[in-house]
Amino acid sequence: MWVSGLTALLSHWRRHPLQLLTLVAGLAAATALWTGVQAINAEARASYDEAATALGQGTETRLTRRDGEAMPPETFAELRRMGWLVSPVVEGRLGRVTLVGIDPFTLPPSPTRPALTDGESLGRFVSDGIVQAHPETLEVPGITYEIAANLPVGEAVTDITTAWELLDREVISYFVLLPNQPRGLPPLPDTLVLSEQDTGAEIARLTRSFHLNLTAFGFLSFAVGLFIVHAAMGLAFEQRRAMFRTLRALGLPTRTVTTLIAAEALALATISGALGIGLGYLIATALLPGVAATLGGLYGASVPGSLTLDWRWMASGAALAFVGAMAATASNIWRAARMPILAPARPRAWAMANARALRWQAAAGLVFLAVAGIIAATGHRWDAGLIAGFTMMGGLLFGAALILPLALDAALSLLQPLAKGPLAAWTIADTRQQVPGLSLALMALLLALAVNIGVGTMVSSFRATFTGWIEQRLASELYVTASTADQARELEAFLEANTDKAIPLRTTETRLRGAPGDILGVIDHVTYRDGWPLVVSEADAWARVAAGTGALVNEQLWRREELSLGDPLRLLPAWELPVVGYYTDYGNPRGQAMVGQAELLARVPDISPLRYAARLNPARIPELREDLEALGIQPGAILDQATVKRFSLDVFERTFLVTGALNVLTLGVAAFAILASLTTLGTMRLPQVAPVWAMGITRSRLAWLELARAALAGALTFILALPLGLAVAWALLAVVNVQAFGWRLPLLPFPLDWARLGVLALLAAVAAALIPALRLARTDPSRLLKVFADER
Amino acid sequence: MLLSVKDVSKTFPGEPPLEVLKGVSFTLEAGQTLALTGESGSGKSTLLHVVGGLEPANGGSVALNGQEVVGLGDAALAAIRRKDIGVIFQQFNLIPSLTVAQNLAFHARLSGHVDAPWITELTASLGLQTLGTRFPEQLSGGQQQRVAIGRALASKPALVLADEPTGNLDENTGDEVMALMVRLTREAGAGLLMVTHSPARAEALDRRIHLSHGEIS
Repeated sequence: MWVSGLTALLSHWRRHPLQLLTLVAGLAAATALWTGVQAINAEARASYDEAATALGQGTETRLTRRDGEAMPPETFAELRRMGWLVSPVVEGRLGRVTLVGIDPFTLPPSPTRPALTDGESLGRFVSDGIVQAHPETLEVPGITYEIAANLPVGEAVTDITTAWELLDREVISYFVLLPNQPRGLPPLPDTLVLSEQDTGAEIARLTRSFHLNLTAFGFLSFAVGLFIVHAAMGLAFEQRRAMFRTLRALGLPTRTVTTLIAAEALALATISGALGIGLGYLIATALLPGVAATLGGLYGASVPGSLTLDWRWMASGAALAFVGAMAATASNIWRAARMPILAPARPRAWAMANARALRWQAAAGLVFLAVAGIIAATGHRWDAGLIAGFTMMGGLLFGAALILPLALDAALSLLQPLAKGPLAAWTIADTRQQVPGLSLALMALLLALAVNIGVGTMVSSFRATFTGWIEQRLASELYVTASTADQARELEAFLEANTDKAIPLRTTETRLRGAPGDILGVIDHVTYRDGWPLVVSEADAWARVAAGTGALVNEQLWRREELSLGDPLRLLPAWELPVVGYYTDYGNPRGQAMVGQAELLARVPDISPLRYAARLNPARIPELREDLEALGIQPGAILDQATVKRFSLDVFERTFLVTGALNVLTLGVAAFAILASLTTLGTMRLPQVAPVWAMGITRSRLAWLELARAALAGALTFILALPLGLAVAWALLAVVNVQAFGWRLPLLPFPLDWARLGVLALLAAVAAALIPALRLARTDPSRLLKVFADER
Repeated sequence: MLLSVKDVSKTFPGEPPLEVLKGVSFTLEAGQTLALTGESGSGKSTLLHVVGGLEPANGGSVALNGQEVVGLGDAALAAIRRKDIGVIFQQFNLIPSLTVAQNLAFHARLSGHVDAPWITELTASLGLQTLGTRFPEQLSGGQQQRVAIGRALASKPALVLADEPTGNLDENTGDEVMALMVRLTREAGAGLLMVTHSPARAEALDRRIHLSHGEIS
């Protein structure tokens, strides 16, 4: 019984191989895009973890003074007496090198600390005053390094007593809190505060939004693929409705029929899932270099460009294929279980979804849109995060998709009175009737188009803003870096004498509101006053920066810390300035403050003095370049404005490489969804087409009308996708980007891009309709005649 | 002469090939009605399709108003169907997306020959005045076939082809539809070629030819 039932069920696919191909390809494509994205995410995460482990700064907990000041050595004894297990560390600058003084007796071993494995090396380290450093760490006059490749570049590590001598300061910068503290310790003094040092996690945190973005894209692709699967499964069910009745009439129990349907879906999921995972691996391999470029460009995160097989993303792909197939089959199983044996054949029931169902669907869509609207309107009040941002986008997209069939029906009914000829009237009326059958594919197209418009507008807005910003920001015509302090002095004198203005560039690292950041020291010059992209500032902001009584901050810091004008900002342990404005600083994940250069140098005199910018007539750059090289400046250390801009814009373009590729893939899947629907609907449409043919319309003309119908559906879907896409762009720019990157961008219109996408949507719809139309044009008259003979 | 069918043959390819029509010949005058009877598989529907240019003949000649149909290309055949022929099917085959009124006028509008008073008269004669805004699925079988008759006659074709037009209707409704079809075809001055199984229905027409194994017997 089972074998006979299964044979009958599977015989359908032998007669409809294209439908089977559609189903398998749809599920495989959906699984592939999901698996590909998961594989990329897994690879990136693995590399962050690896980096975090290699840096050894994964989970170090530090104890610092609340005001950031250094502590006297007595604090160590005091904490020890209280029972706290801590190890003192002093940090200070020696020229361009950070000198770290540690207590090797109390500090737990770490991959980035000196490897003092035995008593002898420990003794030597302490008593001989050894300073260890990475081979690439710059030399400090008077100090000889012992090479230790495990230490970070730019850092020299020594015993704390030696460090005190070299820094000429007997203080403790922070304590490292040891693991396994005793129980029942007294509370820490109020002046001290604990903080997590988490460099590896920092990259993971920064890139989280990017991966979430990628996952959302993967899920969207999967949803689009599911539309295909659902459409194909639903059609197969309707076509086999008579067969199910016959099987039941022949004595097959309902449970057996439903079990067979489920088994068939499982078999299809297994085949499609395996294909999808293989395809996903290929997609991930193809996209990973782009992703690596994006992550490098945006966050400075290093991800290898090659992929390793990981059972986790393969399992997630397989699981999703099963879930997808089962989700698409569940309604069929339910309908098969409820179907009376003697139900009349309703071969078009599936396509003729009734108006009531559409209204319910639209009502559900309105609920989704309302949720999105509520998040958009109130999100700023309850600090909606990234997840809320994506929930809003999901609500927008799925809400609009659910409303689409009703909206298309309404649009077509508006067009109907405008149709002049009988064929135009029939085409519109017939398109209206086809909407329920095509709705899943059109929903997929709507989603793909809206995401394309949204992401495309976001990227284009970003590009336009970024290009304008970089014009402002890179105002100087020349950027030169000297190799030594002596050469820098020479360079400054040369630039002063030979250019309109020499601008020394001075920066130092610091912690701003608890996170790593930079301080930029600027001179009082028109380059900054006129060109720097300030968003909000006090009227006398530049005067106050020059006078050392105010600081400007970048947008990331401004938004992250919810700063306002006049808020105090601690720049160094004993230096605090009020915020007098903020400027855009795209592409920088760190907080940044801008202060008067004189004030900065007075407080941090050992800042590297090597970098300069210069204002001059660009035509003089080639001549000046020769003179600078004659001064001994390395050719690679002389950069003109055009080169820097080109490099920055190149980084930008690489940053959105993956987004572009995924956009194209999603649109491709949507086009495939339409192809699948039209191909399968084509066979069911003969009863509609045959009478028109019999009344004297040639098959080729009917085929053209099929193309026109697809183009009409595509065009209407695009018109509806446009406002939706703009809403998605707004959500990305105003909500997701702010959460993800810390900056907000203006939404700029790009009508030409949209028009291009509109043409692409039409082409996709027409291309998808091409095969069904060709099949119709070549349909043998005898097949059309069967419609009238009731022998189909 | 409206229709002249001479020595028409039709063979469907296959192993072995199926010879459905074997040199069939007959004529039909304008305004005349002709019943085509025969057993299932005798070739009567195929003959109707060949006459209507819906299926090509393998040999012989079919002339409609003196114009040869056999051997014409797809576009020329479509033009003849559009302008000179009206077709009524057993399954009604109305266009489900169009209303009754739109279905009625559809063929006439396709042919570019819309005679509004005639269509109004047809609508009234067929008793469809109150059903104009309904869709086919909202009609009974008899009503649907009345719309199909109206559609076939609205363009004032020279020849009406009907394939078992009452085959899907009960006897009373079938009688009613049959009477209407014959009356209106005559009023329109068209010739009628009707395929039927029923000797009683065949009796109602001017002439009758019987097909057996692809030949007139």
